[in-house]
Parts: sequence; C-alpha cells; structure tokens
Amino acid sequence: MGEALPVEERIDARIDAARQREVAQALRAFLPERCVLWQEEDTRPFECDGLTAYRQVPMVVALPESEEQVQRLLKTCHALGVPVVPRGAGTGLSGGALPLGDGVLLSMAKFMRIVRVDPLARIAVVQPGVRNAAISDVVAPFGLYYAPDPSSQIACSIGGNVAENSGGVHCLKYGLTVHNVLAVRGYTIAGEPVTFGSQALDTPGYDLLALAIGSEGMLAVTVEVTVKLLPRPQTARVLMASFDDVEKAGNAVAAIIGEGIIPAGLEMMDRPATRAVEEFVHANYDLEAAAILLCESDGTPEEVEEEIGRMKAVLERSGATRTSVSQNETERLRFWSGRKAAFSAVGRISPDYYCMDGTIPRKRLGEILNFIAEMEKKYGLRCPNVFHAGDGNLHPLILFDANDADQLQRTERFAAEVLEKCVEVGGTITGEHGVGVEKIDQMCVQFKPAELAAFHAVKRAFDPRGLLNPGKAVPTLHRCVEYGRMRVSGGRLKFPELPRF
Amino acid sequence: MPDAAERFVQAFRDAAARRQPLRLRGGGSKDFYGGALLGEVLDTRGHAGIVSYEPSELVVTARGGTPLAEIEAMLEEKRQMLAFEPPHFGAGATLGGCLAAGLSGPRRAAAGAVRDFVLGVRLLDGRGRDLAFGGQVMKNVAGYDLSRLAAGSLGTLGMILAASLKVLPRPAAEITLELEMPEERAIDTLNRWSGQPLSISASAWSDGGLRVRVSGAASAVRAAQEKLGGERVDEAQATGFWRGIREQTDPFFAGDAPLWRLSLPSHAARIDLPGTQLIEWGGALRWFRSQADASFVRAAASRAGGHATLFRGGERSGGVYAPLSPELARLHRELKAAFDPDGILNPGRLYPDF
Ligand SMILES: Cc1cc2nc3c(=O)[nH]c(=O)nc-3n(C[C@H](O)[C@H](O)[C@H](O)COP(=O)(O)OP(=O)(O)OC[C@H]3O[C@@H](n4cnc5c(N)ncnc54)[C@H](O)[C@@H]3O)c2cc1C
Repeated sequence: MGEALPVEERIDARIDAARQREVAQALRAFLPERCVLWQEEDTRPFECDGLTAYRQVPMVVALPESEEQVQRLLKTCHALGVPVVPRGAGTGLSGGALPLGDGVLLSMAKFMRIVRVDPLARIAVVQPGVRNAAISDVVAPFGLYYAPDPSSQIACSIGGNVAENSGGVHCLKYGLTVHNVLAVRGYTIAGEPVTFGSQALDTPGYDLLALAIGSEGMLAVTVEVTVKLLPRPQTARVLMASFDDVEKAGNAVAAIIGEGIIPAGLEMMDRPATRAVEEFVHANYDLEAAAILLCESDGTPEEVEEEIGRMKAVLERSGATRTSVSQNETERLRFWSGRKAAFSAVGRISPDYYCMDGTIPRKRLGEILNFIAEMEKKYGLRCPNVFHAGDGNLHPLILFDANDADQLQRTERFAAEVLEKCVEVGGTITGEHGVGVEKIDQMCVQFKPAELAAFHAVKRAFDPRGLLNPGKAVPTLHRCVEYGRMRVSGGRLKFPELPRF
Repeated sequence: MPDAAERFVQAFRDAAARRQPLRLRGGGSKDFYGGALLGEVLDTRGHAGIVSYEPSELVVTARGGTPLAEIEAMLEEKRQMLAFEPPHFGAGATLGGCLAAGLSGPRRAAAGAVRDFVLGVRLLDGRGRDLAFGGQVMKNVAGYDLSRLAAGSLGTLGMILAASLKVLPRPAAEITLELEMPEERAIDTLNRWSGQPLSISASAWSDGGLRVRVSGAASAVRAAQEKLGGERVDEAQATGFWRGIREQTDPFFAGDAPLWRLSLPSHAARIDLPGTQLIEWGGALRWFRSQADASFVRAAASRAGGHATLFRGGERSGGVYAPLSPELARLHRELKAAFDPDGILNPGRLYPDF
C-alpha cells in the first residue's frame, strides 16, 4: 500500500537550490514575477501557520491571482512531482498549512472577492480567501448572516474553514461549516475541475461535499465556496452565571440541554481563564467564580425572554452563585468579547501557549477537568480552560516557554495525555482545529490500522501520487507502530482497541 | 449464538470468494427506491438494538437493523426527535436503511438532512473490515468524514452496523397554516419567508394551496402566525397531513404515474412539466407525477441548477439518478473500489456501472 511520506521526513528537507530554480521557473511561465517567491526573505513569513511550534521555510511560495493560474499551477506541480500545500490566512492551529521544504506553498490569499450575494436564495458565492467575518458584514443589510463564527473570524478565510470544518460559539444551535456550506468548487492535484454540492439541498451520488469539508486541504484545492445564509435573529441576550465549582458548572450544562433547551451559545471558562481575560478586555467577569458559563438565547423578544427565564431557573437549580443577563447589545458583545479574546489574552500572560481541542461527551466534563488538574501538577505547567461546553469541545491552554526545551517537551506530553484521555472517555482528539501535523500521533490512538488504511485509500482516490498536502492528518501505519512502541516503553497507556459504540 | 456482525463478515468473505453480489436489506421498505436490486439478500435485521441513548447528550446510538419506529418511539418519550423526519415508507424501516437511503422528510429545509445528524457510523466494508468513523460527540474532525459519506451511499460502500445520531428536543409548539396562492407566488413567498426569522419548519404547495408548519417556542409561533396570515389547520388534521407528505401516503402520491423528485435551488422559477406537482422544502424540492421523457425532466432540472431522480415507478433500466460529471464519476468508482474492491455490495443500486 503506497503511503505518503512521513511528514517529518519532508519538513526536515533541505531546500535543493537546483530543484527550486526548476520549479520557480516552471511557475513563472504563467505567473507574473510578483506571484512567485523563492528568496528566503520572502518565503520566511510563510514558514508556519497558527501553530508556531512547527516551522519550515517552503521551497517556493506561489500566490496566483486567477483560477486558471491555480489550475495550471496544479498541473505543473503534478507533472513535476512537486508537493503542494494550500494555505488560506494561516490561522490554523494544527499545522495543516505547514510548508514542505521540497514543496510549493499555494497561498490563496489573493482570492478575496465576494462573487455574488443572492438575498432571495439566501446564499453567498465567495472566493476562498474571503475572511469569515466579511461574509456576514456584506450580507447584513439583507438581515442575513453566515452562522459559523470561529473566534478567529476576523482573520481566517472561508477556504480554511472548509478545510477544517470550523466551528464557533454558535454552532451548538446553528451547526458547523459542514452544515452551512452548499457547494465547494475546486481542482484536484491533477488540475481536474470538481464541484461538490450545488445550490440545491442535495446532489446525486456520494456526499462528496461532506467528504471535502474537513479534509484539511488534502483532497482538492478550493477556489469557490457557496455558503448558506440565515436570517439574523431579531434579538439575542446572554446570561452569565457563576459557579463555585467547575464540576457543578459542567453539570449545569447537561441540565440545560436535558431541559430541552438548545442555547444559541453555551460556553464555559474557568477562573484562570477569566482572570487572564479580564485584565485584557474588561468583560466584567466574576473573578471569584471557579467557573463561569455564558449562555445565549436568540429569537423574537418574547421567545428570548421566555428562554432566558427557563435557563436562569435551571442554572440556579444547578447551583449558580450569581447570574446576570445582558441588558443591551453592547453588553452582550462585551460578555462575548472576553470569550472570543481568550486565546490572545492567555498569550499575554505567558510567553507561549498550546491550545488543545479535544471533544468529550458532556457528562464526562468533571472527570476531564480533574484529570487536567492532575496533569498540571504532574508536568508543573499551568493550564487555563475555555470550552465550547454545549458541544463538549474543550480548549485547555497549556502555558509554557518555548525557549525552554524541557518545557516544550513537557507541554507536548501533557497535551498527548489529555487528548488520549478524551478518546478514552468516548470523545475525539480534535473537535474543530484539525489533525494537521500536530495530532498525527494521537490518530493512532483514536483509529485502528484498518480505519487509517481506509483514510489513505480515500486520499488515493483523489490524489494517487500523494502530492496535495501530503503527510498531514493521517499517519502512516509504520508511524503508528513506532508511536505505540514509544508509549508502552514510556510506561503510559497501552495501545487499546477502544470501543466507540 | 454467533454475533450477527460476525455472520455478516463471513457472508461478505464468501460472497467475495464466489464473486456473488449481495443485496443488503433491512425491512425492504425502500426496495422501490434506487437502481437495480441484484444479488443474494442479506438481511440486516439480526443485528438490532439500541446501544445507548442519553437525552442530555442529545445522542442516540443503535445497531443498523434496529426498527426506526422503535428509535422514534423511545425519543418521543423524552420529547426528542430525529429532526430530519426520515420517511419510513413502511412498517419495517430500519436505521441502517434510513441512513443508506439518505432520505429526509418535511423538516429538512429547516433542520437539515440525514447526513447533518450523523455523528458516527460503524461500517462493515466489502472486505469485511469493521470500521468505526466519527463518534458520539457533536464535533469531530479527526480523519475524513466517512460517516457522513455513508449516508446516502445505498449500501454500496458497506453495511451500516451501527450509527450515532444527534437528536433534538421537540419544539414546544407547532401549528400549521393554510393559504391560497398560485405557484409562482408561492415559490417567491416561501423564499422571502425563509429569509426572515419565522421558524417555518415545513411547507407544501400543490394545486393552489399552500400549507406551512411553524415550530418553536409558543410565543415565537404566535408571532409568526400573525405575520404569515392564513387559516390555522386543525391539529389532528395537520399531523395527518404532514405524515402523508413524509410517508407519501398523501393522495398526491397515489396511483402508478412515475414519481420524479427534482431537487433545485429553492428560488428556481416554475418548472414546466406535464403532470401534477407538489412543492416542499420552501421550493427546494419539487415532486412531479409525470409521463415526460427522462431526458426532458433531467434537462429541466439541470437548467434550473439542480437534478432529477426517478423516485418511484417509471422506466428504471436507464438509471434513476442524474448522471455525474466525468471527474465525479471517476471519484465515485475509485471510492467504491477503495471500500468494496470486489464489487459485491449492492451493485447497480446507485449507478448502473458499479
Ligand atoms: C486566535 C484563534 C482562534 C481560533 N478560534 C477558532 C474557533 O473558534 N473555531 C475553529 O474552528 N477554529 C478556530 N481557530 C483555528 C483557525 O482559525 C481555523 O482552523 C480556520 O478555519 C483556519 O483558516 P485559515 O484561512 O487561517 O486556514 P489556514 O491556516 O491557512 O489553513 C488551514 C488548512 O486549510 C487548508 N486550506 C486553506 N485554504 C485552502 C483552500 N483554498 N483549498 C484547500 N485547502 C485549503 C490548508 O492546507 C490547511 O490544511 C482559531 C485560531 C486562532 C489563531
């Protein structure tokens, strides 16, 4: 079975000057000078995405400006056997856009056009480099918006969102990228045009749209995305509740859902997180609380009033020590501002932070939090927590100093243990940030060899030579064997056959 | 007694060795649907039962042969539902068949399709490998999303041994309103309404009559009713009506005339085909009882930006689904070969050539 080259063999690759010249020249045949970068001072800015712990200067960076150029670029690289790594805004947190030293980094940053908005059909057709937030801004005059709202929404691109199946604080009620995209148009690595989905609600045959979304840029390069727009709710209000115990807050989340309420957003932050944030954005969080919940209701004013009342009763019953409801839009946005700025705030109190992304069944929240607290002691590192609590998606943030090699190592082991714990309790190693290069070893824990083989087979159906973003997301079976050996000798969990049903 | 799944593995291996195709079948409620029925029947119903249901997690997990009715009855007790309102098309419908057929009911335009609620599947592929993809949590981007790919694959990639689905609370209130309007105005009106926060959860137009269902908090439903106008339909009658649309027991679906399903952009202009028509999903789904030529129907659907399926009856030998572009057809064949290299699972059920 032909497997992609392990990523570490590729990212440690030295740039071969002769090959670099050859590839740059081949691209210059149809790309203007400004679109092909190869001198290190120009390519260095592309050496990593949002996961800065991994860096590799690409051999060549290409910034095409038209679809024809993208297609020719792919055909050219395919013919030359050069791997291609697509890149959007580079905010990814798993190294999905990490360049290859023997590859072309294909930046889609110049594809910034909103091609068409149709308010009656409630769709927007956009190029992949369009920023997530720009879509909602442009369609606001029609009373519409694009629902998935990653915290990075002012920077990340819709092409990146499609590749990662990104979520946001409102996806409990309104879904992830996969629920809000109608069509993706792109090219395979061989330069063949493909359209997945359509403006209708389904297409004949296999659901290749669902397959393409979340495929981490490994199946096709996206050149156009048709997104679904939703009517903006008339009003929205946030209820903020304090708890003196993190586990109680976790149980309150389950109680709300158990009550038949699907809040528009349901987020949790623990005290270390609220304290870090408060200094930075002054969101007015209760700094004495062990954890706070942010619980949003949207709809007609009457509906919101009714739902907020019900949520408040449940939260109080679940032991909330304090509750407050946003009184106007400014206050609502202020309550959210802290949550949305959590990563950057944490970035200010520590030289570096490492963001995890496991998802667990909600009822195991207390258990996981206790486990994380143990790990903090075991590795001697602090770890504030922010969660998309409503859907069990955790973002523990390990604080460390990358200049200290030992801390970096401890961080990686800390993270690996937490992710493996997520799998053990019936969850997953990544809820929305993707596997990339970062969590590739933990894929060996979550999936059996036959399942990994199936992923490789899917990849080969789209890209038989393994040239599009190779080495990401799916580990080689060989790598998993190595990893299994290492884990057992490290005296940690055995390689378990984990029942997931 | 050997585990049913073990028996399936054996059956798959035997079939591969003998090059004898298998026809995966649950209750047989959807035998009428899709392409050819080839091969020895392999009944999935021996592998049944609800594995877990946690109302506060919004997740149900059940084996493929579990009766859909059993799952829905259990959810109903907790005031929850499969929000995509899958049509059963008969008493015996199973969860595996529901997923494999990938069909969704009246709530689809508002709530989402089968695939939108799939959280994970256990798939027995053509090589007899028991594969688990996705899981039981709401968000999961580890590996390609093969669990959603299984939805609508009509058993051509593998047998769905078990699946986890997201469930939702039943709306607190639900009413149905009836209005008179001609087709073009109905299409336009439905699209305008869908662009406003009116909590419309189903719509059906035929023969100048439009019915819309509104679901949500009692206050939201009241507010929507004021905006939409029309006559309120008696509750029992409304329930029966939507069941008739979902299960195709409504008089529109009676008789033998070929039933075409046109899936279109919701705002597509009126489609001019001979025969009678019923419009659902805010304009995005148009059913026709029509004797028109397949090529004529397909051309009309594709001009409008969608596709046509010969859903029931009619001349089916030429394939019932719209043809794929050469690039997509190649990807289909490659994916099929990846999961079922010997081509033993439901050959011809989706497309005649695999
Ligand atoms: C502060 C911060 C907060 C964040 N919050 C969230 C959050 O709330 N929710 C969430 O889900 N994520 C979040 N993220 C992660 C990140 O923003 C998302 O994964 C985002 O979708 C990445 O988009 P991008 O344009 O930056 O993609 P990039 O990082 O450039 O690329 C990501 C992946 O997409 C591929 N790709 C990009 N463009 C294309 C294309 N045109 N065709 C094919 N493949 C392509 C790349 O190869 C890569 O694999 C956050 C990140 C940061 C830094």
